[in-house]
Amino acid sequence: MSETVSAWQLIASGDATLFSIVRLSLSVSLAAATIAVIVGLPLGAFLALARFPGRSAIVVVLNGFMGLPPVVVGLTVYLLLSRSGPLGELGLLFTPAAMVIAQSLLVLPIIAALTRQTIEDLWLEYREELTAMGVGPAGQVATLLWDGRFSLVTALLAGFGRAAAEVGTVMIVGGNIDGFTRTMTTTIALETSKGNLPLAMGLGLVLIVLILLINAAAWGVRLWSERRAG
Amino acid sequence: MLPRPMFSALAALFMLAGVAAAQDQSIVVASTTSTQDSGLFDHILPLFEEKTGIEVKVIAQGTGQALDTGRRGDADVVFVHAREQEEKFIEEGFGVRRFDVMYNDFVLIGPKSDPAGIGGSGDIAAALVAIQSRQAPFISRGDKSGTHSAELKLWEAASVDIETAKGQWYKEIGQGMGAALNTASAMNAYVLSDRGTWLSFRNRGDLDIMVEGDRRLFNQYGVMLVNPEKHPSVQAEDGQRFIEWLISPEGQKAIAEYKIGGQQLFFPNAEQDRS
Amino acid sequence: MRAAPSDLPLVLDGVSIAVGGTTILDRLNLTIMPGAPTLIVGPNGSGKTSLLRLCMGLAAPSKGTVSWGGRTHLPQTRRAIVFQKPVMLRRSAAANVAYGLAQAGCPRALRARRTEELLDRVGLLALASRPARRLSGGEQQRLALARALAREPEILLLDEPTASLDPAATRFVEEIILAAAQSGTKIVMASHDLGQVRRLAGDVLFLVRGHVCERADAADFLDRPATPEAAAFVQGELVI
Repeated sequence: MSETVSAWQLIASGDATLFSIVRLSLSVSLAAATIAVIVGLPLGAFLALARFPGRSAIVVVLNGFMGLPPVVVGLTVYLLLSRSGPLGELGLLFTPAAMVIAQSLLVLPIIAALTRQTIEDLWLEYREELTAMGVGPAGQVATLLWDGRFSLVTALLAGFGRAAAEVGTVMIVGGNIDGFTRTMTTTIALETSKGNLPLAMGLGLVLIVLILLINAAAWGVRLWSERRAG
Repeated sequence: MLPRPMFSALAALFMLAGVAAAQDQSIVVASTTSTQDSGLFDHILPLFEEKTGIEVKVIAQGTGQALDTGRRGDADVVFVHAREQEEKFIEEGFGVRRFDVMYNDFVLIGPKSDPAGIGGSGDIAAALVAIQSRQAPFISRGDKSGTHSAELKLWEAASVDIETAKGQWYKEIGQGMGAALNTASAMNAYVLSDRGTWLSFRNRGDLDIMVEGDRRLFNQYGVMLVNPEKHPSVQAEDGQRFIEWLISPEGQKAIAEYKIGGQQLFFPNAEQDRS
Repeated sequence: MRAAPSDLPLVLDGVSIAVGGTTILDRLNLTIMPGAPTLIVGPNGSGKTSLLRLCMGLAAPSKGTVSWGGRTHLPQTRRAIVFQKPVMLRRSAAANVAYGLAQAGCPRALRARRTEELLDRVGLLALASRPARRLSGGEQQRLALARALAREPEILLLDEPTASLDPAATRFVEEIILAAAQSGTKIVMASHDLGQVRRLAGDVLFLVRGHVCERADAADFLDRPATPEAAAFVQGELVI
């Protein structure tokens, strides 16, 4: 990454390093958000509908974990994946896979907690009607998930945004290796520490624009599908 | 609605799997942020990779963390500049053998206004005494790094007991060299830096070199292979090839040829006759 | 759809509902037979909604038993209910009806056609693809009716369905209900409107404070009320 060249020049010239960094950032965060959805959506739906002793405590903890400090998650995963740690055999430390794992853990509470809130609110509203129509538990969950789709997509975007924006986790478990585990956020941190502030800021703006574009695309999809089905 | 983001994420997952699979020959080298920030690796690593086909992945951390990474077996080679800590590493059995590779020097950076009046001096000890007695603002890395250890040794050489002498004027930030320089620039303070990071540093503000050239400012780099007996997962063979290249005439020449603004940064000094 | 045993007669035997310290329904004995619509009237708080929910099987009595055609505890395939404020799914009007059809076991191949028929029956065919939550109050009430009728219920329970509708919408809904009654559906409906009682009712159940105060044919109840409370109610006085 050249020193005095501005970020916009790099974009305009199609700089290969910049694009591979962007690609890595997006794929790591998207993968993490996807995993978080696959695990968190059913978990949140279950917590919304099930009643069992200790449920309130779990809900409180889940809500609290939305604010997990990324560095703490990073450090925990680092200790787990280190060769000296319990999962060292997997050899995952300092790879993109480790970054995906760590970010999934970061994003999971957000997806699960927001899903729980959405589904629970919806259930209060729908419960009698669904019961009157004789809908079974599986059917109720499916109906609530589909009818809550807009709020759930917002939760997904919140989770993705959290992943794309954080630096503490990916720095620790990824190691910021040039050409391998260097993301936009770790590059910004690196360029800042090298005193390349204009370049760092430019990259920061690129990152923000990317996140805005993804959110705009999601909004567009929502408008289109709302027009179709409400 | 869900399938679209899911599809691209799944594609991303497969791509990551592909990346993970393509790691035929590679080693992990734990080194320091100052070495990375100097740009040395960008210069010498492609030469090594072209010659041997071994990919070198550098994790840049503080010296303390780099040695810890080696102790945990998460790196194959450790390449830092803190001789005493390195020798302890070998003693503890975590490293096989230590080789000198090169040295660079530290410079004392300070504001052009020079409140301690030390500009242009060649005596680091006297300069530090002046800073401490005038309580001029000073930024310390405070992170157990090689630079930090060097700084502490210099206070000792100046007969200043920094533990008791430190006050408001002495700020320990616990971060890397770039962050320290940024802070010094913002606060117009003195800071000890390696020359390489200083030469590539862009945000100088009002700072300039105040003291240089004192022999005590020389900074020795050493390289060690992480002991495969402690951690069988270490890529011992490829790691050893890297070390041997670093200390070979070819590697040493590559190191010497690295310049910033026409200035050589690192001075190779590996022993040419080793048994 | 599948042939199922009849839910009628619907028998309440000594049924009470108490919540907290309050008795909402008090030792009701009641039989609902097939035939003309039964309208439930009474002042607010007399327990009409609770009675309807009980008949639907959504609430369990604190005392006594409810049985449908002689059975207790069964899935409500042949019953349907329209709440006073029906909840629309966040989908189109047609999708709401199709959902009701799916839950009632209508095979996929037939769903589109039956959805159309039902929407037509309640006069909402033109609004089929409108998001259901954007419909007016009256339209949503009719949609809920269509959704309920999708189950081809034997008993159709309605909780003051025209309470917040204008006269035109009210007439529309009453016509649909009458048509359903004429094709064999037993209507059990809570109502606020004595005129509606006169227009729709076969017989009338008059509830006061959780008791069945009077039960009579519509004409008898309205013109010759037997109890003082009924007389007061029919005159438009407040029955405390």
